[in-house]
Amino acid sequence: MFHPMDQFIVKPLFGDGPVMWYTPTNATLWMALAVLAVSLLFVVGTRGRAVVPTRVQSIAEVFYGLVYKMVEDVAGHDGAKYFPHIMTLFLFILFSNYLALIPMSFSPTSHIGVTAVLGFGVFFAVTAIGFAKNGIGFLKLFWMSDAPLFLRPIIALIEVISYFVRPVSHSIRLAGNITAGHAVLKVFATFAAVTAIAPLSIVAIVAIFALEVLVSVIQAYVFTILTCVYLRDALHPSH
Amino acid sequence: MELAAAAALGKFIGAGIAALGSGLAAIGVGNVAGNFLAGALRNPSAAGGQTATLFIGLAFAEALGIFAFLVALLLMFAV
Repeated sequence: MFHPMDQFIVKPLFGDGPVMWYTPTNATLWMALAVLAVSLLFVVGTRGRAVVPTRVQSIAEVFYGLVYKMVEDVAGHDGAKYFPHIMTLFLFILFSNYLALIPMSFSPTSHIGVTAVLGFGVFFAVTAIGFAKNGIGFLKLFWMSDAPLFLRPIIALIEVISYFVRPVSHSIRLAGNITAGHAVLKVFATFAAVTAIAPLSIVAIVAIFALEVLVSVIQAYVFTILTCVYLRDALHPSH
Repeated sequence: MELAAAAALGKFIGAGIAALGSGLAAIGVGNVAGNFLAGALRNPSAAGGQTATLFIGLAFAEALGIFAFLVALLLMFAV
């Protein structure tokens, strides 16, 4: 029996052995394909460095401009130093999401293990940058100097808790959205086998697929913009 | 034996209740988008600069719905 959650099973690429940390799996394959696609677009596509861009080069320039403007607007001008990492995050998530929409493919970003590495990486990096830039003054992030004095310890406690929930919600948001979207797609695909509701299901699956294309971009955008927000907090902790 | 049957039943009831959270998050997301649109129509020239804020607000409202969905998934497949 076809199960809508079967698509998320991590399988070894060769044979049926146990999955160890070094086993090449379908997750490894699709992440490698995402990296390959990004490299093709940005290394081969922009090789000409034409003043009047070719079609492929203009796509790369649109991505570059979008992310650079986002970093400058949200994180401030001194956040532009961290632009390469944020650009990498955006492109990897976007291309993983897009490649996962190919039928019979695998979606690495639906696995909490993949997104948690990205989310916690941002969390640790941002905390380290905050302490390196501001020293102990980084703790002002938790101490609201414009709140009434007797409320400040309570607010500080809430702020500390919300600070440590950030990487969890940051990674679960991406994994949850992609998992939910792909599960819904496969549920409607199961309905297509029932003759009575098959035409309705095919119309629905087209609409949901269009929505998933949109969600792929929005989730990559949201992940990146939240990274910029966290970076801004680290660079300018006083409110 | 009856206890095991009740646990199996409770799993599905719990997952159903957790699904309510997704619907409630939808109200929140609608609130954010609706208020943004209302504000944008009053002052369209200022709306363009606030798209980033809109997406951040949507993301925060939506995250809690995703948490509810996660609880449902855990109850169905992990417990």
